Amino acid sequence: MIRLLVAMVFACVGAVAQAETMRLAVTTSFHNSGLSDVLLPAIERDTGLEVQLLVVGTGQAIRLGEAGDVDAILVHSRAAEDAFVANGFGTHRREIMYNDFVLVGPREDPAGISASESAVVALERIASTRVPFVSRGDDSGTHKMELSLWAASDASIDEGWYREVGAGMGAALNTAAGLGAYILSDRASWLNFGNKDGMELLYSGDPVLFNQYAYLPVSAARHAHVKADAAATLEDWLTSATAQALIDDYRIAGEQLFVFNAQPRDE
Amino acid sequence: MNDLWDGLVQAGWLVITLDPELVEITLRSLQVTLTALVIACFIAFPVAALLSVRRFRLRRLVIAVLNALMGLPPVVVGLIVYVLLSRSGPFGVLGLLFTPTAMIIAQVIIIVPLIASIAHQSLRDLWAQYHDLLISMNATQGQRIRALLWDARRALLTAALAGFGRAIGEVGAIMIVGGNIDNATRVLTTAIALETGRGDFALALGLGFVLIGLAVAVNLAIHRLGRTEVEGRW
Amino acid sequence: MTLLPLNVRGAVTRRRGKILAGPIDVRLEGMGITIVIGPNGSGKTSLLRMLHGIARLSEGGIEWACPMDEARKRQAFVFQRPVVLHRSVLANVAFPLRLRGVARGVARERAMAWVRRVGLDEMADRPGTDLSGGESQKLAIARALVIEPDLVFLDEPCASLDGSAIREIEALLLEAAASGTRIVMSTHDMGQARRLADEIWFLHRGRLHESGPAANFLTDPQTPSARAFLNGDIVE
Repeated sequence: MIRLLVAMVFACVGAVAQAETMRLAVTTSFHNSGLSDVLLPAIERDTGLEVQLLVVGTGQAIRLGEAGDVDAILVHSRAAEDAFVANGFGTHRREIMYNDFVLVGPREDPAGISASESAVVALERIASTRVPFVSRGDDSGTHKMELSLWAASDASIDEGWYREVGAGMGAALNTAAGLGAYILSDRASWLNFGNKDGMELLYSGDPVLFNQYAYLPVSAARHAHVKADAAATLEDWLTSATAQALIDDYRIAGEQLFVFNAQPRDE
Repeated sequence: MNDLWDGLVQAGWLVITLDPELVEITLRSLQVTLTALVIACFIAFPVAALLSVRRFRLRRLVIAVLNALMGLPPVVVGLIVYVLLSRSGPFGVLGLLFTPTAMIIAQVIIIVPLIASIAHQSLRDLWAQYHDLLISMNATQGQRIRALLWDARRALLTAALAGFGRAIGEVGAIMIVGGNIDNATRVLTTAIALETGRGDFALALGLGFVLIGLAVAVNLAIHRLGRTEVEGRW
Repeated sequence: MTLLPLNVRGAVTRRRGKILAGPIDVRLEGMGITIVIGPNGSGKTSLLRMLHGIARLSEGGIEWACPMDEARKRQAFVFQRPVVLHRSVLANVAFPLRLRGVARGVARERAMAWVRRVGLDEMADRPGTDLSGGESQKLAIARALVIEPDLVFLDEPCASLDGSAIREIEALLLEAAASGTRIVMSTHDMGQARRLADEIWFLHRGRLHESGPAANFLTDPQTPSARAFLNGDIVE
């Protein structure tokens, strides 16, 4: 019996250690877009690298990188990324692509945000009409973007209509659909979202809503066990022409989601 | 209602076509939970027996702590195991985080108090019956514990099944320590959480029905094993 | 080395400060059946438990003719309410042998012989807990005798049993006594005492008021309390 048990435990450990693998923490919004399902098989085919995705919020992704529990992170929150590199947790920051955020809400658009001249104005209209607004409230990139927009606005936020759910994008969208509320979402998560009941994309296009994804390898100087070579291989692939074609051609419901904007290496 | 129906259809379709991904995560769910269950039983049963047979100073405290730990939120267990197994934590060098082993460790911690508490209740009652006889027969401590564990095997099976139920349906802890990595640590419950997050309720429900079916099948199988082994009431 | 004689000097068993039995001075030796009688609450059960070693000896001394460890192994106890292990009848009887390290096959064989002797052979593979009261007590007696003890204590083994079960159990005990097992048994049934006793201990308020050969005691009790008890008066 005990021998069987030991064998089972070893089987568990063994199963993970076979192929060359690396761990990449990515944001929920990236994963929900479905792009990873296209990229991962191509990466494995081209480089033989099995990338294991940890799908978390930006806040947790950065914590995972700081603790050395992943080999690289792919996130979209400029300030946090810069701090990550400045504090020596990451070797450098490499921009890969961007998508954009959109404002989603009830089809009737009770706050009339669809004709707003800017994203900030749209939020001010929501605040002044006090139609419910769902916030991710989870320190994610999306949440940080939303907070920066509120900060730029004249609106005052109160609990009467502003609901922090502390959840991932999908769960927050579910909540917004249930409440008939507005919500800031990345375009990919919105297009992939299956439960659009009564909801519609109401505002998009303001350049402040652009959402830059960056790739940050975890510093091997700080965490010796990190697979720096694998992380470098992945970086080369993510910035390659193959990746560009796959990213730019990725469509949901006929719409392009991501724009590849990686620059060739400086050196 | 529509979602429920779609879920049932999805579940049926996934099972009939033996969807390879479904088979993989189902087997992983079983592997993780059954391994955790076996380990937890090896820990919980002797602890429960010892608590019944021996009168030591901290006995009441241990029982109270066990009972309290039964209600421990799995997320807390997950977070503690995560911090311990993280590369920056005390056991980081083992490199166990985000592996099925980490998930097994978390589940063992979650179900040991449950199994030990339930087992202790029945072992304590049995010990009250056996006490005089076993002392009269000069049974050693080890013999007393073995006699109790063997004669209470039916009740212990029930305790183990309760542990299985809690472990197989658990998502909070294994999400944190396993990371829900496709092809590595994704199990039924974390897949359900993922699909719910994506708003694909039908697939999430479908997986949920598969999970329920799995739990029922394992329960029936274990009961069947228990019955053929010994005919009787206990 | 023999187990008997047993010398008991000033033995007392207490629970929470209250004396349950004692102080008692008595000597147990020879062969046959000793019957312990006395009114309810006179301490019969406590005395037997104290002698057997499952109730604490608070004062005084109990001396066997052999070392204590050895003495504990050579005796068995049958409780008023039989304790039936949650396993088959056969496994119940084999249990004390297994505790002594007898190999499984041998233990089952020897246990089966006793199961047959107490007439439970048809029930051998049934759960012990399925047995009736009388059958359970026969099981307990078989389980006590299977280790071939030198001495068996029985605490009112026939209380709440019907006539035919009592007859069978008495036959078993007489047979065991005849084959050399010393028996000490309590009862509140004077008829049973008359049928079985070679020696009588009369217990009253935790003390041994009178002891001696059964014939003498039953026909000519020396103490007033024993006389009253035999007459069927209420003895307080």
